[in-house]
Amino acid sequence: MSNVFVWVDHFRGKALPASWEAISAAQTLGGAITALVFGSGVGNLATLALHYGAHKVIVCEDASLADYRFEPYAALLVRLVKEHAPRAVLSGATTRGRELLAAAAAETDSALLADVTELSVEGEAIKAVHPAYAGKVLSDLTATTPTVFITLRSRAFPLPTLDASRSGEIINVAPVLPAEQIGAQIEAFEEQRGSVNLTDAAIIVTGGRAVGSAEGFAPVRELAEVLGGAVGATRAAVDAGYIPYAHQVGQTGKVVSPNLYIAAGVSGSIQHQAGMRTSKIIVAINKDPEAPIFKIAHYGIVGDLFKVLPALSAAARAKLGK
Amino acid sequence: MAHIVVFTRNTPDTAAKVEVGANGAVTWGTAQLVLNPWDEYSVTEAVLQRDAHKGKATVISIGGETHNDALKQALAIGMDEAIRIHSDAEHDPLTFAALAAAAIRKLGDVSLIIFGKEFVDSSSDAHIYMTARKLGWNAIGAVSKILALDFAAQSIRVERMIEEGKQVISARLPCVISVLKDINEPKSPSFIGIRKASKATIPVWTAAELGVSLGAPAVQISAYRNLPVRSGSCQIIEGGSDQEKAEKLIDILLKEKAL
Repeated sequence: MSNVFVWVDHFRGKALPASWEAISAAQTLGGAITALVFGSGVGNLATLALHYGAHKVIVCEDASLADYRFEPYAALLVRLVKEHAPRAVLSGATTRGRELLAAAAAETDSALLADVTELSVEGEAIKAVHPAYAGKVLSDLTATTPTVFITLRSRAFPLPTLDASRSGEIINVAPVLPAEQIGAQIEAFEEQRGSVNLTDAAIIVTGGRAVGSAEGFAPVRELAEVLGGAVGATRAAVDAGYIPYAHQVGQTGKVVSPNLYIAAGVSGSIQHQAGMRTSKIIVAINKDPEAPIFKIAHYGIVGDLFKVLPALSAAARAKLGK
Repeated sequence: MAHIVVFTRNTPDTAAKVEVGANGAVTWGTAQLVLNPWDEYSVTEAVLQRDAHKGKATVISIGGETHNDALKQALAIGMDEAIRIHSDAEHDPLTFAALAAAAIRKLGDVSLIIFGKEFVDSSSDAHIYMTARKLGWNAIGAVSKILALDFAAQSIRVERMIEEGKQVISARLPCVISVLKDINEPKSPSFIGIRKASKATIPVWTAAELGVSLGAPAVQISAYRNLPVRSGSCQIIEGGSDQEKAEKLIDILLKEKAL
């Protein structure tokens, strides 16, 4: 491997952890790692990329790149790929990363290994594993184009160690698309309040149909807060209007892979399992000992979630000293 | 013109138990193939916008004959016309994008393409953004609401959900968008729609007719595999009270370094 690009996905200067995980993944390919940082006021990210293990950083700072937009970002990435001919271009399979790498792969007629959980090199080929059919089976993929684009599922690769003594070259480049040629404008932004991004969360506490109401999510939220985790929900709970869709885990929601997944009042439908079965430790809390969720759980408590969840919050508070 | 296109396909139902059989092929038993679940929203949105703007809504599938069922379902929900583009490389997004872009150019008057979030069989959304780039169009993914759409002024204004929150984006048409399930309440096929769909003949376009020469897919799917079987069974935490069970579980999770 001669040269591998890692595109650093960030929002207003705050990088998504998947961007640094991509540096770990790039290390498995071998070769020099060049991080790409596009934005405005993102000098700190270039330094951080070096600390996380990039050998070199290409920075493009411009007001027109302040927020990610499809056209200017794609034009810039394509230009850099054509100039440097990297063996691979990696990013997290984030909302922006999936769009951008697909666009650049299309324009350069390159292979895209999308949303992969494993990566390896075999001679001239790059091989990857992608969960297909909504995570119900795995597909083994092989790509041999001169440049291969790769998006990585969040949390599938480890966060590299941060070493502030690392340094490297930082190269500044100019944007490609003039501002007036960009066909999209971002008019407003409303931050999602009070919850961790589900795909990045190390701990998720999910409520199912059995929470029964919007208020019923209170003990779910409480435990998530005590554990420093995010709140998930099943499709049944979302469809019943107990909680917004942004919290939905499963085939038609988010696919997550936390260290700890606590499913409370979740029966464990095949669609829900598709979104969470790769979690490292699964805990099921359900009144019904025959619920399918117990078949994939590592630990279970048979009981009423409205009693068990507060007891867990209390026990966690006591033992974690919170 | 207010011409909207949706691309869809037939996929196993979300409740289907999908496995890899002894011959290495993916199977879903007797489960039915249905309109790709995410496309219930894109088809519905196209029909709603078509009605609001007195335009035309066309649904297209790229692949084999099996996708005619998805096209008929989309017609039954209210799409005006259906086209199938024959392709043997159904799961290759670059092939999809080349054919899709050529079809849009052939139609000539399309201003908006609406995709569902992803195709559940390939579990990928790459074809969406590849199609946009092949056309040289803008793309906005993860749209949760169309706030304004003006075909005369060739502009669209949408809400987009990103990891950090919600953006409002305005863009010029033509444009590609992908929509989330938040966007609408999916329409069911109407009685009249079903009758119309059953009588419809679906034209088939070929790569050659579209002037697209296809090479081998850039990504080879060398094999499908079943998920590794989880070893061990679930340890049920026993105890005299919920408190006792809760304390035992937290101790275990601390020992496992999960907290």
